[in-house]
Amino acid sequence: MLRVISAGALCTIQDLGRTGYQRFGVPLGGAMDRAACVIANRLVGNPPDAACLEITGPGAVFEVLAPCVIALAGADLGATFRGRALPPWMAHYLAGRGELAFEGRRWGARAYLALAGGIDVPPVLGARSTYLPGEFGGLAGRALRSGDVITAQPAGDLARRVGRIWPTPPDYAPQVRLLPFDGPVPNVLIAHAWRVGTQSNRIGLRLSGPQIEIDQPRARDSFGVFPGVIQLPPDGQPILLTADAQPTGGYPVIAIAIQADLHRVAQVLPGDALRFVPTTFEEAVDAWRRLQALLASPVEEDEGMALAARAGG
Amino acid sequence: MKDWRILPMGEAAVLAECALADVAAANAHAHALADALGTAFDVLPAIRSVLIRFDPLHRTTAQVIAAIEAQIAQLGTPEPPKGRIVTIPVRYDGPDLEEAAHSLGLSADELIRRHTAQPWRVLMIGFAPGFPYIGPLPPALTLPRRATPRPAVPAGSVAIAAGFTGIYPARLPGGWHLIGQTDVVLFDPQRTPPALLSAGDEVQFVACCA
Repeated sequence: MLRVISAGALCTIQDLGRTGYQRFGVPLGGAMDRAACVIANRLVGNPPDAACLEITGPGAVFEVLAPCVIALAGADLGATFRGRALPPWMAHYLAGRGELAFEGRRWGARAYLALAGGIDVPPVLGARSTYLPGEFGGLAGRALRSGDVITAQPAGDLARRVGRIWPTPPDYAPQVRLLPFDGPVPNVLIAHAWRVGTQSNRIGLRLSGPQIEIDQPRARDSFGVFPGVIQLPPDGQPILLTADAQPTGGYPVIAIAIQADLHRVAQVLPGDALRFVPTTFEEAVDAWRRLQALLASPVEEDEGMALAARAGG
Repeated sequence: MKDWRILPMGEAAVLAECALADVAAANAHAHALADALGTAFDVLPAIRSVLIRFDPLHRTTAQVIAAIEAQIAQLGTPEPPKGRIVTIPVRYDGPDLEEAAHSLGLSADELIRRHTAQPWRVLMIGFAPGFPYIGPLPPALTLPRRATPRPAVPAGSVAIAAGFTGIYPARLPGGWHLIGQTDVVLFDPQRTPPALLSAGDEVQFVACCA
């Protein structure tokens, strides 16, 4: 059980999102970094789609109110419990009251905190994900704030989950592979590094760089889009759609980021750079196969760590 | 098949787009295709297209395209969907009513008369949860979007743009011309289904003075 002391830049409850409601205009939603969400859950023995905290950037501080087992995955935001470092990609036993703080941005953008049992909020439209623009899901449809209390569903034997390590984190190279859509990928998209703009959010990354002009604005009536689609609005600066993207859009689509690289997109913040490289359909499917195999790989037990954790140190 | 364009959309999706000039016919085709594929695939019908998403570890893009083509070959000329007719009471007092009417060369009363003259088809729910794209509207009611979108449009705003009429289910940014206001709740995540309207339904707008 955690109480929020400070939520930092943005802290929301997320799972793997909503399928089946896109025809009602509901986004897929869910964790920006689905790979990290799955890994955090697996480390504490949860189903992969249990609800986690998505902690964006440094600054979040929690008070641990009762002993619990957590796992951290994704960004390394310098987590500490009672001043002791908690590295990502492993499960930790928090033995009683104390302060859990995320005070620095060492790498990445979004850290995922799984609680053994999964965060206990009511599902809305089949998921516990917070959809901020629609004000539903998660905790009352909003971002967490100071004073909120986060509880987990019953988790059974906590000791069995302590000391687990994720052997191989996903590859977070800051480059994203692209497939073409209805014409070649514009060269300028590949040739330049793109700056993540300040108006970026969970709906999409607004990228700034050289002006992109396409020969024929491939205007279409609004059609289905999804995370990974790169749109080109009239201002010539691309938008890479992410988790909370609307399920339909009318802007021209100039390329598609492959599904196996979306966890990389989740780990950049405004001001960071992103590069794109072209790929093939074969490589995209192969990358997806390898990512799924990685997410299914066995959790390692570290007995020494487990004993130390149970002893409270 | 000549009326369709089938485009891979990344390694895990295919877009099938109906090229018929008539939007209403293209929409009926898209929904018929989505219904035919919906038992086997994750489909998202839109105004004139269907997005099919799949796991590339279970199916190849070529297999998905073959399945789409097989269904298109059997499609024939679909009947218009048999949806419900939903009445939406509207106070026609939107901030853009006079300007929109003027741009169309109509009086405000004539715009209202035409907007309420017949039921219009819900072609798609998109843009935001529960937002209906309703139409297609005739040329006499077709205006381009506003040059400058508003950062916030009030929930319940009834609007027209680009050959469609729509209703803002929530406070949202928007570039359509606001001609009226309704109290009907378009989207409620606690309701099943969450959206009041579904594609295929018809909407009859009714002027009310309350």
